[in-house]
Amino acid sequence: MATRGDICAVAIAETFRGDGAIMASAMGPMPKIGARLAQATFEPDLMMTDGIATMIDGDGEVEAWMPFSKVFDTLWNAKRHVMMGASQIDRFGNQNISCLGDHAKPKVQLLGSRGAPGNTICHPTSYWVGRHTARVFVPSVDMVSGIGTNNGAYEIRRVITNLGVFDFETESGTMRVRSLHPGVTFEEAQEATGFAIERPDGAIPVSREPTDAELTVLERWDPGAAIRGRIA
Amino acid sequence: MTPDDVVSELWSGMTLGIGGWGSRRKPMTLVRALAKSDITDLHVVSYGGPDVGILCALGKVRKLTFGFVSLDSIPLEPHFRIARQTGTLPEIVELDEGMFQLGLRAAAWGLDFLPTRAGLGSDVLKHAPHIQTITSPYSGQALVAMPALKLDAALVHMNRADARGVGQFLGPDPYFDDWFCMAADKAYVSAESLELDADACIHSRILHRGMVSGVVHAPGGAWFTECPPDYERDEDLQARYAATAKDPDAWAAFVQEL
Repeated sequence: MATRGDICAVAIAETFRGDGAIMASAMGPMPKIGARLAQATFEPDLMMTDGIATMIDGDGEVEAWMPFSKVFDTLWNAKRHVMMGASQIDRFGNQNISCLGDHAKPKVQLLGSRGAPGNTICHPTSYWVGRHTARVFVPSVDMVSGIGTNNGAYEIRRVITNLGVFDFETESGTMRVRSLHPGVTFEEAQEATGFAIERPDGAIPVSREPTDAELTVLERWDPGAAIRGRIA
Repeated sequence: MTPDDVVSELWSGMTLGIGGWGSRRKPMTLVRALAKSDITDLHVVSYGGPDVGILCALGKVRKLTFGFVSLDSIPLEPHFRIARQTGTLPEIVELDEGMFQLGLRAAAWGLDFLPTRAGLGSDVLKHAPHIQTITSPYSGQALVAMPALKLDAALVHMNRADARGVGQFLGPDPYFDDWFCMAADKAYVSAESLELDADACIHSRILHRGMVSGVVHAPGGAWFTECPPDYERDEDLQARYAATAKDPDAWAAFVQEL
């Protein structure tokens, strides 16, 4: 029986399907597991770093050098798909990782905009939100760090959360449910979202479960489901 | 030079670039000497880590230009957060990390600006109204004209250097230390050892004499930030530093140790 964490890892992996030989920059433990799963199975050409400055291939072998200056070259060259986290996301996929409240004197100072503005305008971007709540999915973000579909984003491909998979493939470029994880209802997802989520035509698909082969890979990158096990 | 010799060439009100990245290979011996001086009213330009946190907590920063401030293993820099949340950091310019790098390159190359798409559509531009956009004369495309980040001085830390000013990094990433040096009127380099590693790849020698005004022998000069392969980050000390943000007595004691 697949856990919610397994389902999320597969959904993350699926965001990289078809990407080929580009750099998958997965920020945070769950995105890393998901991207490694994609690389180990259906997307073997994906390139990933060790989180520092070395590209490590799917066999764990050193492949190439990727210091920060080359990360910028790669992202401006559009050979990259990033999965970032988000403190806030609005219905167009604008993302905030900078601060909460007034920018001049924030209530909560976060990281700063990091590379989010450049990432989102230059290449595909996805987001991972481990706890889907209306505090994250807000009517409008306090600061636009990563730009959304209404601000010129290159492509906001997916948002993966503990509840489901979302895309922006609507006429207005607003967030739509693409699939919900097994056992999650649309009402539950809507309740946890501070704006109206769009629905696909017809029945809402259920996020797929991992295959046995995929579970083996997940166990390699996340022994004992230490990281997946935290997802509820 | 000694760290104090370097500080004697700095002044209140100046624009100071600090190399490294987050809590990685920061020139902390030089930052500590600066922290103990009466220099204040600084415009600090940094991919920020504890350098920014310490100088903010001491009230020495008038203006901060940054893309992020983080301690890496502790994602949010607590002293920087306090400075922001209590309004004791008067002015900030928050940039995309790539815009930041282009600002250094523009300054290094003697240009007013470099064009980029990074920043378009984001609130980085809204909160930094001095940053203009331009229209490409070729395609008509709108672009950000990232202004030069001209530095009065830069501080960087290397694994190795020689007394003449050749600087060598032996870790995984040079960050943008060479660009900090070239963007500055004066660049001061501290190093773990003043003997270059003759066996290391020639590509490791990223600073040359023309980029460097002074060299300081500073073993342990990145202090609790990491400086591989010489040493890893001192996570215990970093955690203690971070905890001082919630305890004025602990902070006072920490400042005594600087």
